[in-house]
Amino acid sequence: MMSFLHSYGWEVGRLTFEHLWLTASAMLLAVGVGLPLGILLTRRRRLARPVIGFANVMQTVPSLALFGLLLPVPWLGENAARLAIVALTGYALLPILRNTYVGIGNVDPELIDVANALGMSNIQRLFKVELPLAASVILAGLRTATVTCVGVATIAAAIGAGGLGELIFRGVASVDNGLVLAGAIPAALLALGADAILGWLEGRLSVRRS
Amino acid sequence: MPTVGVEFAKVSYTLPGGADGHTGRSLLHEVSLQLDAGTTTALLGRSGAGKTTLLRMVNDLVSPTSGEVRVGGKATRDYETVPLRRSIGYVIQETGLFPHMTAERNAGMALELAGRPKAEIATRVREVLGLAGLDYDEFRERYPWQLSGGQRQRVGLARALATDPMVLLMDEPFGALDPLTRAEMQTMLRGLLEKVGKTVLLVTHDLDEALYLAQRVVFLSEGKVVADLPPEEIVGSDNAYVRDYVSAVHRAVSA
Repeated sequence: MMSFLHSYGWEVGRLTFEHLWLTASAMLLAVGVGLPLGILLTRRRRLARPVIGFANVMQTVPSLALFGLLLPVPWLGENAARLAIVALTGYALLPILRNTYVGIGNVDPELIDVANALGMSNIQRLFKVELPLAASVILAGLRTATVTCVGVATIAAAIGAGGLGELIFRGVASVDNGLVLAGAIPAALLALGADAILGWLEGRLSVRRS
Repeated sequence: MPTVGVEFAKVSYTLPGGADGHTGRSLLHEVSLQLDAGTTTALLGRSGAGKTTLLRMVNDLVSPTSGEVRVGGKATRDYETVPLRRSIGYVIQETGLFPHMTAERNAGMALELAGRPKAEIATRVREVLGLAGLDYDEFRERYPWQLSGGQRQRVGLARALATDPMVLLMDEPFGALDPLTRAEMQTMLRGLLEKVGKTVLLVTHDLDEALYLAQRVVFLSEGKVVADLPPEEIVGSDNAYVRDYVSAVHRAVSA
């Protein structure tokens, strides 16, 4: 164990950091796209079905296949990490998009009515009423997306994007279970940690009603 | 000659038709009504008679299909929506408070939206919570779930009064309360209305509430005004609709 850590400890640390970076960048992008898009869909409900449908399809493409499919795309294929981040964003998009749309859509219509009657503008209503009341639902989506992302990011090693998957793939190729675990355990811990932190935040943001 | 606070001029409302080309259901049919400034008018009728729709036209939550609604002599469609709504208090049944805001923030929301300074909002909220019978220091930090039904309704009323609006719209304000709390609220509201003198439109099913609070009672049935009379003329009225309503309510007592 000690000798294992001695020879791989530094590498595990570096790859964990890489893994985190891939996941965090993809999550930032996914929130940056999914949240405003989800809000827009609550204003243009007609678009909701096709857009969420598209994100849904995105989610069903096997990750390995998606990485492979994106490889020949000009700008993306040049840099493995870039490609991985874009693909991961695709996976993270659906839960964020859907939960934003559903969370805001489920705000009590009477409260929307009151907000309008108080003379709130569209933006005021969004920030003062809709987003705070939908916050815990949106965060639940973020949580699902993060856990998915941490998992899928291990596959990114297959196209040379780095991350903890690298240890796993190397371990599988050389039939070295220690190496597989050295990749799998930190990845699992990352997922659990992110889940716990976001779960805690979700609890904090939920609004008590009775 | 009392000034007119709110006026409905031949107001009709038809629900938007379906995609199949059918015309929608007509909810209101050429309703004309004048509410004198500073008085309370109760709107009575069965569910679906169009009471709420009529009330919601005053702050333009619903726009009439034809005819117009005038507030302070000016048609609602000639107002900018936001200033119009801010000049009208709106109280609804039960769930109208924002669950994620304290009583103070709920009550002061209209002022917050108008961008008033914090200190001014606090002073005014203390005042209006007091008018509605709640102690500011005791209740300001409570969230809606920490309030009883009656207290919540008081906060809702305080919120509606905060901007000192010329018109107050109340849609079944006490409908969800138990009879004792409701009676308390009615007493409080009556005292309050005598003090502040607003043009009030009160939608209710409750005949006693209408008789107790209003200077005038308007009966609506199937989108039309079927009776319009002062409270003292209701019992004993020979209007068939009013007679039915009264006997339905007082059946238990007279039997």
